[in-house]
Amino acid sequence: MKKFLVFIKKEFAHVLRDRKTLLILFGMPVVQILIFGFALTNEVKNSRIVIMDQANDAASKEIITKIGASRYFDIVRTVMSHQQMEDAFKRGDIRMAVIFPAGFNNDLLHQNAAQIQVIADASDPNNATTLTSYVGSIIQDYQAQLSKTSKIPYRIQPEIRMLYNPQLKGAPNFVPGVMALVLMLVCVMMTAVSIVKEKETGTMEILLVSPFRPILVIISKAVPYLLLSLINVASILLLSVFVLDLPVNGNILLLFAESTLFIITCLTVGIFISVKTNSQQVAMLISLMGMLLPTILFSGFMFPIENMPVPLQWFSNIIPAKWYYIIVKDIMIKGLGFNAIWKETLILSGITVALLIISLKSFKIRLS
Amino acid sequence: MGETVIKTDKLTKRFGDFIAADEITFEVEKGEIFGFLGANGAGKTTAMRMLCGLSIPSSGSATIAGFDVYKQTEQIKRNIGYMSQKFSLYEDLTVIENIKFFGGIYGLTDLQIKTKSDELLHNLGLKQEAKKLVASLPLGWKQKLSFSVAVLHEPKIVFLDEPTGGVDPVTRRQFWDLIYNAADRGVTIFVTTHYMDEAEYCNRISLMVDGKIKALDTPRNLKNTFGVETMDEVFYKLARGAKRGD
Amino acid sequence: MEAAVIVKDLTKVYGETTAVDVVSFSVNQGEIFGLIGPDGAGKTSIFRVLTTLLLPDGGSATVDGFDVVKDYSQIRSRVGYMPGKFSLYQDLSVEENLNFFATLFNTTIKENYHLIKDIYVQLESFKTRRAGKLSGGMKQKLALCCALIHKPTVLFLDEPTTGVDPVSRKEFWEMLKQLKAQNITIVVSTPYMDEANLCDRIALIQGGKLLSVNTPGNIIKAYPDQLYAIKADNMHALLKILNGYDEVLASYAFGEFAHASFKNKAVDLEGVKSYLTKKDLTGLELKKTGATIEDSFIKLLKD
Repeated sequence: MKKFLVFIKKEFAHVLRDRKTLLILFGMPVVQILIFGFALTNEVKNSRIVIMDQANDAASKEIITKIGASRYFDIVRTVMSHQQMEDAFKRGDIRMAVIFPAGFNNDLLHQNAAQIQVIADASDPNNATTLTSYVGSIIQDYQAQLSKTSKIPYRIQPEIRMLYNPQLKGAPNFVPGVMALVLMLVCVMMTAVSIVKEKETGTMEILLVSPFRPILVIISKAVPYLLLSLINVASILLLSVFVLDLPVNGNILLLFAESTLFIITCLTVGIFISVKTNSQQVAMLISLMGMLLPTILFSGFMFPIENMPVPLQWFSNIIPAKWYYIIVKDIMIKGLGFNAIWKETLILSGITVALLIISLKSFKIRLS
Repeated sequence: MGETVIKTDKLTKRFGDFIAADEITFEVEKGEIFGFLGANGAGKTTAMRMLCGLSIPSSGSATIAGFDVYKQTEQIKRNIGYMSQKFSLYEDLTVIENIKFFGGIYGLTDLQIKTKSDELLHNLGLKQEAKKLVASLPLGWKQKLSFSVAVLHEPKIVFLDEPTGGVDPVTRRQFWDLIYNAADRGVTIFVTTHYMDEAEYCNRISLMVDGKIKALDTPRNLKNTFGVETMDEVFYKLARGAKRGD
Repeated sequence: MEAAVIVKDLTKVYGETTAVDVVSFSVNQGEIFGLIGPDGAGKTSIFRVLTTLLLPDGGSATVDGFDVVKDYSQIRSRVGYMPGKFSLYQDLSVEENLNFFATLFNTTIKENYHLIKDIYVQLESFKTRRAGKLSGGMKQKLALCCALIHKPTVLFLDEPTTGVDPVSRKEFWEMLKQLKAQNITIVVSTPYMDEANLCDRIALIQGGKLLSVNTPGNIIKAYPDQLYAIKADNMHALLKILNGYDEVLASYAFGEFAHASFKNKAVDLEGVKSYLTKKDLTGLELKKTGATIEDSFIKLLKD
């Protein structure tokens, strides 16, 4: 046990004394969160929209004026056929369309309820959500204004349609995605590289020719990265809560427990890569191309899996990050408990065990 | 004496407070085999880099093949050959591909490359191996090939950094035959080595200790000066007091 | 007393190259045994098999009576190993490195301090310096301390002096002599022929095959021919002429002299001298000389 501790101490010394590693380790999550946070959810100004006013009455005109007054929108045209509108969307000329059905004011006055259709181009989901929520708030504003003068509340129901990406995958949910990404990078790449480095410098030879059990050499290399990764999880969560105003809705302990599981998965992958490679560059390349790319592509974080060809959808099931992404989203955003995610947890555990068995089997007690 | 091809005057290189090469002054004649000895960390590599135009001196002056080490590094590089202890050919190219590549970057014409490579392969007895990957050759052959490629463009000076490290005694001697032949053709040889018997093969030797040149003479005169039998003892007497290492 | 290391018909193959080709030798307890040969001769492969890092493809070997394949864990806890490359943690300090390796081998610096004392005192003033910032000679001393800290019964040193200047090399061999006095068996490899004389027994190796195993003295004694040391002002010309001389059996450069042996055992030295003089050589010197390990190696290589 003492040996184990000495080993871990040494490992920490390696990490803490290497400024570049430290920078990657702790700078990366911050940078990623900020990049994703601000690049993706930046305010949307002067978006080109069309308005189709089939009602052409007092109420619709007033709302249109309000929309036109907003700095977020730039009304391109006010009348357009459905066909023209669709073409304009496809060409990317417009981002959103607001449609007032005929008799809008009438419905509102007599039934105290009316509908507005809002259609947004959701191929850029963040943009689409932002725009629709702006329109939503303008309509609500108008509603509140009406309600002041009347006893019965008026209800205007904006019927929102997202074109191309109806489920709005990706939107503000990038924090879980970044978590999966960062953990993947830190755990897989760092462990793989740090083990392979010992092979390169020849220290692995000395470690092997010692009474310390070889498998413990590997495991003790992984422990520091487990701890560092948990720190990363914490720092990402802090950033998302305090900088991005994205609260953790579910149980934070559950979130950490699931993260630990995912970290172990990643560490196992890192160990596997380190067993199979002999140079730091190769280890790094495999970690990046072999792990990071599939994580970005198939975790559902950047690209909706539902839109992929069926074989790729199947393939996405073996990407651990996909399951972790779902779990984090459920806990963090939806605030769900363990009973909602036990299935994903089980799958992730299964993958981890499988990877662990493969890694341990391929681990050699000698040089190649 | 013939023309001077290397001439340095108080050549100095500082890294912060550390003086890696301290007022080095010497001259090397055309066709001379000049041994550049010193303990690890004495400053040999630093000095050699300056002479090759890879590193700008902090002060002092030097001309290599008539070119200034401050301003004419490109001309210097065209007129020298370089071979390091770490084998400097491409392992994943064949023998002939390596020759063509290095001939090409030194601006030889296709015809020159053709004649030169035929000659080289013949001299080294590598005709059969021309299409083999360099990686498959034994170390000694690689080193000989590496040297031949370094002098392919008939440089005025060739710099050899521990060219025979780890090579067997027979191949080591064959390697020195190549060096002698090049010197006979008028190529100046500037060589570092840890083998003291090889120091004996040099026309003159300089011995660096802690960044300074502590001795410079023919092997025979050095042994006489220090009253010892072998170069090994000369080295030991001079370098024992060294303060630094690499 | 049983031999510390026994190697029997050892073979190691990588793809198409046979790195170690049916090699047998044994190392006695408490001796310094040298594996002398150029790079690529198979020295490192033999070391790696003996330190249980590689599995042999043929033959067998024991260290301290333990089989390198079956009993690898026993061997690992009793041998010390210094690989060819400098293999310490560059970003750990001198003391941290030593402590780490001590703990790794279930011991403490204190417990075996007497073993490393003579070497470590030279390092003590740099205790807190990172290993990466040490000079070459110092690094080597630290590596030796780390390999010694658990009081190994057999110490394997793979080319500890390669690329090291003659002064540091001399110091290093002094340290080995002191260790030998502590009754540690030392197996060391080197490409430098002149270091052979510092070993009790040596094995000359080339191309994966052993050329000879014996004491340096016996190897030199077994040299079959009388060698002559010849000197001239123009050494290159002398070497060329000797090479083309009918009477010469073998000739090659050897430091400031050329070494030559003649076909006729009772060679007429005056005749040789006048032959060389006729070839316009000046400053001629000609004398009998004894063979060295390097001469033996060259002879064995050429046979």
